[in-house]
Amino acid sequence: MARRIGLVAYHVFKESVRDKVLYNLVLFALLMISASYLVGQLTAGQDIKIIKDLGLAASAVFGLFIAVFIGVGLVWKEVDRRSVYNVLVKPIGRHHFIVGKFIGLALTLLVNLAVMATAVYVVLAVMAWTDPTLVRTASVEAPVVDPNLLKAFLLIYVQLLVVTALALFFSTFSSPMLSAALSFGLYVVGHFNADLAHFDAVVKSKTAAALARALYYLLPNLALFDVKTAVVHGTAVPAGYVLLTSGYGLLYAAAVVGLAMLVFARRDFK
Amino acid sequence: MSGTATLVTGRPDRRQMLAGLGACTLLIAGALGLQAVRESQYRIQVDDAPMLYVTSVPSANRLALSFRALMADVYWIRAIQHYGDTRLSTSPAKRYSALYPLLNLATSLDPQFTIAYRFGAIFLAEPFPDGAGRVDQALELLNKGLAAEPAKWQYAQDAGFVYFWWVQDYKQAAMWFDKASRIAGAPWWLRSLAATILVEGGDRRSSRLLWMQLYETAEDSWVKNNARLKIAQLDAVDEIDNLARLVTRYRQVLGRFPADWDALRAAGLIGLIPSDPAGAPFVLDATQPGGVTIARSSPLYPLPPQFMRKAGPPS
Repeated sequence: MARRIGLVAYHVFKESVRDKVLYNLVLFALLMISASYLVGQLTAGQDIKIIKDLGLAASAVFGLFIAVFIGVGLVWKEVDRRSVYNVLVKPIGRHHFIVGKFIGLALTLLVNLAVMATAVYVVLAVMAWTDPTLVRTASVEAPVVDPNLLKAFLLIYVQLLVVTALALFFSTFSSPMLSAALSFGLYVVGHFNADLAHFDAVVKSKTAAALARALYYLLPNLALFDVKTAVVHGTAVPAGYVLLTSGYGLLYAAAVVGLAMLVFARRDFK
Repeated sequence: MSGTATLVTGRPDRRQMLAGLGACTLLIAGALGLQAVRESQYRIQVDDAPMLYVTSVPSANRLALSFRALMADVYWIRAIQHYGDTRLSTSPAKRYSALYPLLNLATSLDPQFTIAYRFGAIFLAEPFPDGAGRVDQALELLNKGLAAEPAKWQYAQDAGFVYFWWVQDYKQAAMWFDKASRIAGAPWWLRSLAATILVEGGDRRSSRLLWMQLYETAEDSWVKNNARLKIAQLDAVDEIDNLARLVTRYRQVLGRFPADWDALRAAGLIGLIPSDPAGAPFVLDATQPGGVTIARSSPLYPLPPQFMRKAGPPS
């Protein structure tokens, strides 16, 4: 079974490389290098903070676009081209197909994010090396080349897995345009999720409050994954928090992939 | 013939590609040329009034999703640009109208944005035209920072500094320095500074002590340079006092105000033409208190008004 899933995943990864998805890394590198030069001209001694903010935010945004725009086409494209028939007549189950697609895109995102994290560290190290005064100023809150940034990168990755799972789920029954709209919609809603938990403070109806509470648990809580500001300011992000949040994200993504498998299993390709 | 080949194969050959590229380059060059002509004939009115796209702090927080720190950076850069542009502007109508809203947004999006509170308070407190001249807003910003991070003694120190330097309310200044000194990690000298100010008020000795400590403990080059400038200004004020005494002596002996520095030199009161710590020669001016003032072209101009007021008219 693992081999079949691995085969699908490998082909998704290969296709994303062939589709020049990883070209975004060049754009990212250019953004980081030009920012490291320009920021010093634009701001008053906050170069390191801004480079960290920009590096983390750009990684999240680039990853989000890859997760959504590749994710929404994963299944739809195969169905539209009718290449899904060729795949499914082989000894590859529909569930293998979906899990393989998910893992393939997860692998693409992992490679992408790993390269971006490396680029951020390289830019920071070069800045610290070329201007040692930056180290003295920045190290008041957090070291320039701070290993804790990895916690933020890890949570960005898990968040992207949740978004990928959602995009894949929508891709099993909807067109790419609608799937992208729904995925982005859930991404935005996922950041306001906490409001739903306290909905009883603004409505009198107990039913509405209970419904909001249910939605709070049902919808992905993506705000939890944002530790970027804390990490940049050197505020402690406990390992327990990272583990629990990652666990939540992985289980949520697994549940959505499971739903995608169910929907795809019921689709009639005749 | 080649057109037929293109139709058949669907792919242009090398020569056609080059011709196409050349045509595109010509079209772009033509468009740029027309733009240049249009710009020379019809000037585009640029509205350089500072604009806040988002004025509500809660809305900015919502719109930023998980990119609040980056949005805060953008607002911080805008605040610096607005401050710098306005400060350098020669327009008589210049105003720092967007400075506080920009700083307020930056610090609301990233409540731990230390520099935005600290530099922001300096930009706001500095008297017009070099700053907004709004000590109330500077104190509001620092209070906001202290509410967000009560362990940051630097904000209390800065509030004490604003009261000391710009408001000249030495009781409040001493209270804030004392408050800062009670926060864990604060430097030892804050408590003694509070006591000194309470006893001696805002004399030059306590001012120098304050700036020297700020200079020695500053982590940021901008703060360090600013402290160095203020120390140099205090040195200039001391030097003006010394020169004013010489001018008074000259008048007592010769019964008239010296026409220039050479007159004082000829009287044997000075050796060289005196210059301020930035290297600009001092100015002899009978209309000024003490008869000596700093050159307008000096980087140290204007000197701290609270000390200049204390100097008496030339006698």
